[in-house]
Amino acid sequence: MTIDAFLSSPADVSRRTGPNDQIVLSSRVRLARNLRGTPFPGWAKKADRTKLSNTIRAAVEGLPSMPGCFAASMDDLNSLDKLILVERHLISREHAAKNGGSGLVLSRSESICVMINEEDHLRMQSLLPGLQIRQAWQAIDELDTLLEKKLDYAFSPELGYLTACPTNVGTGIRVSAMLHLPGLVLAEQVNQIIQAVNKLGLAVRGLYGEGTEALGNIFQVSNQMTLGESENDIVERLIKVLAQLIEHEQNARATLIEKQPKMVLNHIGRSYGILANAHSISSKETMNLLSLMFLGLDLGLFPTLERALVNELFLITQPAHLQKQFSGKLTAEERDVLRANMLRDRLLAVKRPTARFPGAEGPALDKAANP
Amino acid sequence: MICSVCKKSEATVHLTQIIENKMQTIDLCESCSKAKGVDDPTGFSLAAILLGLGASQELAKPGASEGIKCSQCGFSLADFKKAGRLGCAECYVTFADALQAPLKSMHKGTRHVGKAPQTQQPILDYSEKLRSLQKKLEQTVAKESFEQAAILRDEINKVKELMGQPKGNP
Repeated sequence: MTIDAFLSSPADVSRRTGPNDQIVLSSRVRLARNLRGTPFPGWAKKADRTKLSNTIRAAVEGLPSMPGCFAASMDDLNSLDKLILVERHLISREHAAKNGGSGLVLSRSESICVMINEEDHLRMQSLLPGLQIRQAWQAIDELDTLLEKKLDYAFSPELGYLTACPTNVGTGIRVSAMLHLPGLVLAEQVNQIIQAVNKLGLAVRGLYGEGTEALGNIFQVSNQMTLGESENDIVERLIKVLAQLIEHEQNARATLIEKQPKMVLNHIGRSYGILANAHSISSKETMNLLSLMFLGLDLGLFPTLERALVNELFLITQPAHLQKQFSGKLTAEERDVLRANMLRDRLLAVKRPTARFPGAEGPALDKAANP
Repeated sequence: MICSVCKKSEATVHLTQIIENKMQTIDLCESCSKAKGVDDPTGFSLAAILLGLGASQELAKPGASEGIKCSQCGFSLADFKKAGRLGCAECYVTFADALQAPLKSMHKGTRHVGKAPQTQQPILDYSEKLRSLQKKLEQTVAKESFEQAAILRDEINKVKELMGQPKGNP
């Protein structure tokens, strides 16, 4: 089966829901593992990598918890399909650049993905919608426990699981959540919050991980330290911080509605206006505007709009997903036109946002403008 | 025994210091010990001597440590400094000294806490035993009961042998 036929349609993906998913878009737990006796992927010879990749792939594919999974060598996938996987957060950009000697195993539900010979021999992740960090850890912990019976992990009693980069040594765990924080961005509090989170030893990154910008007001929060702290402690600490971030975002939204309703209505109304009427639009602008549509949805300004539609638009307007819908290589300019056409079409039936927040009395005026 | 600093004269001063449960020893000749101020027992720091020692060694042999290669995979410390990644699992043993400081600065602790493969359980039990023995040894050394310390050292070496680790220097 091709990866194309295997993957759920964007419409189906967009209907997935989870707890607190207005703010926590997804939860992810990733484990890094290596095998004894073969150099790490970045230093191993191609023949060793290929051999190891096949061994690991067979071991993962054969697990009872992976029925009907998709498994492939990275050179079996074309570059567009790899980018689709990146846009779905199933593989890293680094892994998308790999070819023979690296591989991929994806569970039927698409919630578990094992990258073979990325930076480490194994990078396995569990990805769930909404706030489900504990569940994601449990799922990947189980997979790892089954795999350790088949594969000889490089492990030292002193330093734990040995990884290519010393920043991952120990538990090899990376626990992260993708957060949508438009309230904190509009209230200009987000930088303060990021600094506070950094002080707790957690990293805050953009939508596609390391070194990427926070498009669409989406931030990724993850642990940085992996040695000297147990998996459970790391998981629980992140959950605590996430609960606080959710509260801060909710407070920021409530304050904005109370103090600056016009500013918020203006942003959301303009976003709708541009998305529903543009004739050329970049993926970056689309993401930033769709973020405000999400906010409008959360605040009750789009009574008839379904969340799944905005989710879907967010996904299918990304470059690779857009390219996939059209045959022939598109230039960036052509993509911007086709993206705008698609948005106009899909938003045709969506009524413009209401002029006031549900429950608000009288015409909204910002406190600062009317002291 | 030769002095660790000048590497010429016979070492007559043997220092032991315990920093965060780790015992470090250094052997110095009389003139070096005076030069480092070790003959004054108030407020000397082994770390400072060692740091100075490391610096002078590096000056004497530029890039000497960078030339060490991992016996398993041929990776060198220079490769690590360039790539920020290690060559293989064995590199953690080969470059243990060079990695100590960076690991300490980037992580919460220097020792693994958490999940371990089930096959590693017996080794983990040994390392638990090793740690408690080493702690006892430190206490005994602090109390200057050297006979007891010698017995503990033998026990530690026995456990290390069972774990397949190189023996510590007597």
